Amino acid sequence: MIQLIVNGQPQRIPLPQETGMASKPDHQILNITQLLEHMGLHGKRIAVERNGEIVPRSKFDQPMLADGDRLEIVVAVGGG
Amino acid sequence: MDNLVIAGKSYASRLLVGTGKYKDFDETRAAVDASGAEIITVAIRRTNLGQNPDEPNLLDVLPLSSYTFLPNTAGCYTLEDAVRTLRLARELLDGHSLVKLEVLGDPKTLYPNMTETLRAAEILVREDFQVMVYTSDDPIAARQLEEIGCVAIMPLASLIGSGMGILNPWNLQIIIENAAVPVIVDAGVGTASDAAIAMELGCDGVLMNTAIAAARNPVLMASAMKKAVEAGREAYLAGRMPKKIYSASPSSPVSGVIASSKDKSV
Repeated sequence: MIQLIVNGQPQRIPLPQETGMASKPDHQILNITQLLEHMGLHGKRIAVERNGEIVPRSKFDQPMLADGDRLEIVVAVGGG
Repeated sequence: MDNLVIAGKSYASRLLVGTGKYKDFDETRAAVDASGAEIITVAIRRTNLGQNPDEPNLLDVLPLSSYTFLPNTAGCYTLEDAVRTLRLARELLDGHSLVKLEVLGDPKTLYPNMTETLRAAEILVREDFQVMVYTSDDPIAARQLEEIGCVAIMPLASLIGSGMGILNPWNLQIIIENAAVPVIVDAGVGTASDAAIAMELGCDGVLMNTAIAAARNPVLMASAMKKAVEAGREAYLAGRMPKKIYSASPSSPVSGVIASSKDKSV
């Protein structure tokens, strides 16, 4: 398990190995795509910020998430 | 063509609309359609975690290919939050750089915090955003925002969501007179005549949300606003007659009136 703060809420996310997803044993760190899949957000138009920095979509497959990371996942909504 | 040009891009409609406060997405789309707006504002918010993943999305109803989206920083009270929000918006909208900056000063009035707004505008312009900026109707602040490099100055007519109309046309006139970039009234419009007055003053456009969304019939009001903005623009271009207390020159000929018993010439 990995502990993240997503949109201000603590979330415990299972690591790929624990969910049976293909993963090299020495790459146990989660990437954004795996996080989005876990949260049912994969394929949605969203943007992600990690610890205050934008994560470009091109980096979603790079393992980068570590315990305690703060993530913001946003969408466009109606507004003036 | 008398188009509105913002940051080098030309728009046939001078009415910009928000997409908030509607009953549902169907009503949002119908109102946006009736308004004829090409530029529509959206807010950037955290996704709801753990909710129905098949929940409809605003961008399914209003496709990115059909409108120019203007992500805003509504709800941001600090420059840090505003800048972060727009960086996320740029990523969300595939590198789109036209944005609406607003940094609010207080939740009761939603009046802009101009110190934070000016600092945020500097950062965003440096990061190559094209910044349309919500501002107080202070001509000096408007000039400073233009000097920083904002692509449109958007003074309030009255407080956000108040529907109070144009409270200080004189300040708006000074801002319009001084500005080389488009001046767009943002906030305070309550009904069609307010939008027409803004355009008659020489504003380049009007941005509104609540005036349409909170009308009893939002779609009909959207249509009214479209006409008001067009009518006001045409009246501005036509140049109104001077105001005078009374006129010594009636519109109909003075001579040839049929004689009456009171006719002194008989």
